[in-house]
Amino acid sequence: MSKKHVSTTINGEPTEFLCEPQLTLLDVLRDELELTGSKEGCSSGDCGACSVVVDGRVVCSCLMLAVEAEGKTIETIEGMAKGDKLHPLQQKFLEYAALQCGFCTPGVLIAAKALLDRNPNPTEEETRYWLAGNLCRCTGYDKIIRAVLDTAADMRGERVAAG
Amino acid sequence: MLSYSAPSTVEEAVGILAGASGMAKVLSGGTDLLVQMRSGRVKPDVIVDIKKIPGISSIREQDGGFVIGAATSGAELGECAPLVQAWPGVVEGANLIGSTQVQGRATLAGNLCNASPAADSVPALIAARATCVVAGPNGQREVPVEGVATGPGKTSLKPGEFIVEFHLPKRPPHSADAYLRFIPRTEMDIAVVGAAVNVTLDGAGVCTDARVVLGAVAPTAVVVDEAAKALIGHKLDEATLAALDTAARGACKPIDDKRGTIAYRTKVAGVMARRAAEIAYARAGAR
Repeated sequence: MSKKHVSTTINGEPTEFLCEPQLTLLDVLRDELELTGSKEGCSSGDCGACSVVVDGRVVCSCLMLAVEAEGKTIETIEGMAKGDKLHPLQQKFLEYAALQCGFCTPGVLIAAKALLDRNPNPTEEETRYWLAGNLCRCTGYDKIIRAVLDTAADMRGERVAAG
Repeated sequence: MLSYSAPSTVEEAVGILAGASGMAKVLSGGTDLLVQMRSGRVKPDVIVDIKKIPGISSIREQDGGFVIGAATSGAELGECAPLVQAWPGVVEGANLIGSTQVQGRATLAGNLCNASPAADSVPALIAARATCVVAGPNGQREVPVEGVATGPGKTSLKPGEFIVEFHLPKRPPHSADAYLRFIPRTEMDIAVVGAAVNVTLDGAGVCTDARVVLGAVAPTAVVVDEAAKALIGHKLDEATLAALDTAARGACKPIDDKRGTIAYRTKVAGVMARRAAEIAYARAGAR
């Protein structure tokens, strides 16, 4: 078994690992690096539970080989909070109870953060399309969308009437 | 035993692909390949990741047209304002594929070589008269996009060959394209029917050149010459739309499946062609 040596940066930390070439980034994150926040839902790029950011783009880590991480900068859900301080999206998801079983939540948060990093003032429609690849079987999405839009308003420094 | 390599030149990639024993697969975005590997449908012995080849994930303007590297992602296409301006139909086709996450990786070359009859980026590329540069053991050759897919899951590429880049031609004034697909939901689905229309108008809004291409209604995307003839020489009045509709329906040889019956796909093809033509004419007229 010829393993490949991969050097990458994960959540700001230089990280090295050895892996077999057929393993996905998700396999290595979870099983090798013990970063189990990224979830395995479908393994076919449909559910978004394994979403991570690679060089600034949200991707499904189940659709990327781990060896492709060579030289890349990767952000996972484990890097979203700074110490004990939750990211505003995480805080808002708690306040809004924008989760039930929580399995989709890491992927949703990663994708939502990428949206707000690009577009601090997305419309509801833009938000729904952006998150269309993050399936949630519990919430019906409404709380998720409201939490994202309200976080965006907070981060812009606006106050939104409760509704 | 799977071997992975990420060569840094086209020649090196061709050498590995051509010299591979067993199944060799090109990896660009991986959004089809990894799914096929996971399901066991495809068991490659060799994977050649082309993304380390300089320029293969880039868009550049050349001779008034565009050169799009084979590994350029859908997201990068959508963020390239000059490309969106010149070829809105090509970009909207590419951007309909999958989710935000898939757009971060999925490529035109992958969509074309996966050779699904319902590939969303392919009809608009063909309507645009796009070509692709194919590298192989005998050097490089330029192939019209419609010459690549030969049937579901099958391409005309020979062992050792892969697509390096796409070329989109320079546009005459008052030209525009559009792509529409029908799916039963609003996002994240596979086309029941896709229609691409690319037109050039004169100053009075009369069509002087047209290409109409349908997806998901035959084993490969279909260039509908009769539909283009229905547009050329005409403004987009009701009689022209009706002729376009008839021609589009006449070109359909669809399958019956869970997404749509033969009769349904055929009818929808006419409707999609009409609506795509309306958008393309409006865009072209506004230029």
